[in-house]
Amino acid sequence: MNIPESLRYARTHEWISELEADVYTVGISDFAQDQLGDVVFVELPTVGDTVSAGDAVAVVESVKTASDIYAPVSGTIEAVNDDLESAPEVINEEPYAGGWLFRIKPEDASQRDDLLDAEGYRAVCEEES
Amino acid sequence: MTQTREDVPLIFERSQPGRRGVTPPVTEGAPLETLLGREHLRSEPPRLPEVSELDLVRHYTNLAHRQFSIDGNVYPLGSCTMKYNPKVHEEAASLFSDVHPEQDDGSVQGTLGLLWHLARDLSEITGMDQVTLQPAAGAHGELTGILMIRAFHEANGEGAQRRTVIVPDAAHGTNPATAGMVGYDVVEVPTGEDGEVDVGALRAALGPDTAAVMLTNPSTVGIFEGRILEIAEAAHAVGAQVYYDGANLNAIVGKARPGDMGFDVVHLNLHKTFTTPHGGGGPGTGPVGVKAHLAPFLPGPVIEREGERYVVQEDRPNSVGRMRSHHGNVGNLVRAYAYIRSLGPDGLADVAEKAVLNANYLRKRLEEQGFSMAYDRTCMHEFVAQPPGELRTLDLAKALLDEGMHPMTVYFPLVVKEAMMVEPTETEALETLDAYAEALGRVTRRAQQDAEWLAGAPYMTPVRRLDEVLAARTPILRWTPSEAVDAVQGEAAD
Repeated sequence: MNIPESLRYARTHEWISELEADVYTVGISDFAQDQLGDVVFVELPTVGDTVSAGDAVAVVESVKTASDIYAPVSGTIEAVNDDLESAPEVINEEPYAGGWLFRIKPEDASQRDDLLDAEGYRAVCEEES
Repeated sequence: MTQTREDVPLIFERSQPGRRGVTPPVTEGAPLETLLGREHLRSEPPRLPEVSELDLVRHYTNLAHRQFSIDGNVYPLGSCTMKYNPKVHEEAASLFSDVHPEQDDGSVQGTLGLLWHLARDLSEITGMDQVTLQPAAGAHGELTGILMIRAFHEANGEGAQRRTVIVPDAAHGTNPATAGMVGYDVVEVPTGEDGEVDVGALRAALGPDTAAVMLTNPSTVGIFEGRILEIAEAAHAVGAQVYYDGANLNAIVGKARPGDMGFDVVHLNLHKTFTTPHGGGGPGTGPVGVKAHLAPFLPGPVIEREGERYVVQEDRPNSVGRMRSHHGNVGNLVRAYAYIRSLGPDGLADVAEKAVLNANYLRKRLEEQGFSMAYDRTCMHEFVAQPPGELRTLDLAKALLDEGMHPMTVYFPLVVKEAMMVEPTETEALETLDAYAEALGRVTRRAQQDAEWLAGAPYMTPVRRLDEVLAARTPILRWTPSEAVDAVQGEAAD
């Protein structure tokens, strides 16, 4: 199970990384993509949407199930990964790189500190597997 | 299951120019233009396959042989109640096949009478005051029910205030989808470790903004909600309505009534509990029952009895409106009525008892085969199992096909990892339940020893393991002539 040390994680299996000052990238973890199985469809948020932490903002659909993706922090959607619409399998192949879902400009940058570090998230995954 | 070659041609691919199965009658007397009006005539012939009657019969007979059905073997899809549809229903339905929905009421008194009696029987079975037979499926019934709840709140001046519908996290996907379609926000409450809805979380979610709570009982994991009276009371205390998803009625039919549990609205799936054709044999039928306070909002028209006569009552000022043309899928309604009347109250109660007994027996037999239960307690008409070790449910389901048996529902409910949801129904015999458990045990033991074999299963079916990813990402949903021409030319070149 690949859980990069450099990222922060939500209990609901999203990861978040600081792209540049005040913009974060969000995706789903390696554990999440493995549990979902082959991803066949992604519904992304709209750029400019204002969202609150915990809102369901995207949907990842696999052969097994459809799963809501929650905003890990409150803020404004800055960009979405349009490439996933034609190639959703990238989420399975590179969950932490090409498989990113959206970028968010946080309302309050300190919210990221409330999320889990790699060690904390590993414990969540072990509990669920 | 009959073994046939994999690429059965489509009926259009069997087509040969000029070949005919039937000869249309020649019109006598006035020309067609005069009889029908020119605007109704085609300028060119329709693109239909040109085949002989024998080609046609062989084509569909071959397809029928490839079909897996309850008439062929056991089909224990959890949550779907795939039980046997008695053949006498077909005879009953055929008696009504010449009735036209536009006939005037006076000439269809028998049909209207049957529908009136069926609605009354369903009211009695569910503990409701009135029933509409219109909705064409379970989800359509849900839509009808939630629209009535919305109309009720609006009539009370609380339309703007009540914004949310509460559903358990294990609910059928149609519940949140229905609430969303009617314009409500969905609030999800978790399932407790005992398989029942978390009553504490449900209470916390209830408030002046709650329009309705949608539940099934037994729940989606096959467990009876023991605290249902408390839940209904709590919902009513904040002015919310309680909706019963009838998908699991088979477990309690004739034994307990949603109306007595405090539910205000009930939809039924006649194609589940009441043995009307299911799946490919559809269409479905989803009557909705309501308590008296919701009756003004029922879809119109309704059938009423005036003395010895049945009349169609159109004047319904508070109705949510018509949900389907005419009186619904009347052929199915006749079948359901035949079922209720041939079993009677004792027979229906026996259905529930045997459905629950069969499920618990099979649950124990699967435990012997190494499967674990998501909720380790007595179940109702279905249960959720999990495969042993690291085995994946999908692989075992595929391997089971080679045993000639249909897999259970897989990966539902979503809250259980590798879920295998099994509902044998009351119509399966002891020997069939034993054979199913043993077949599942056999493929599981082989799977534990031979991963390569498992990955390749099934081996005996008309089509092998399908590429579900490709099918989901780039489905070809429509046949077009050019593709067929390309295919034929490709074949000729080979």
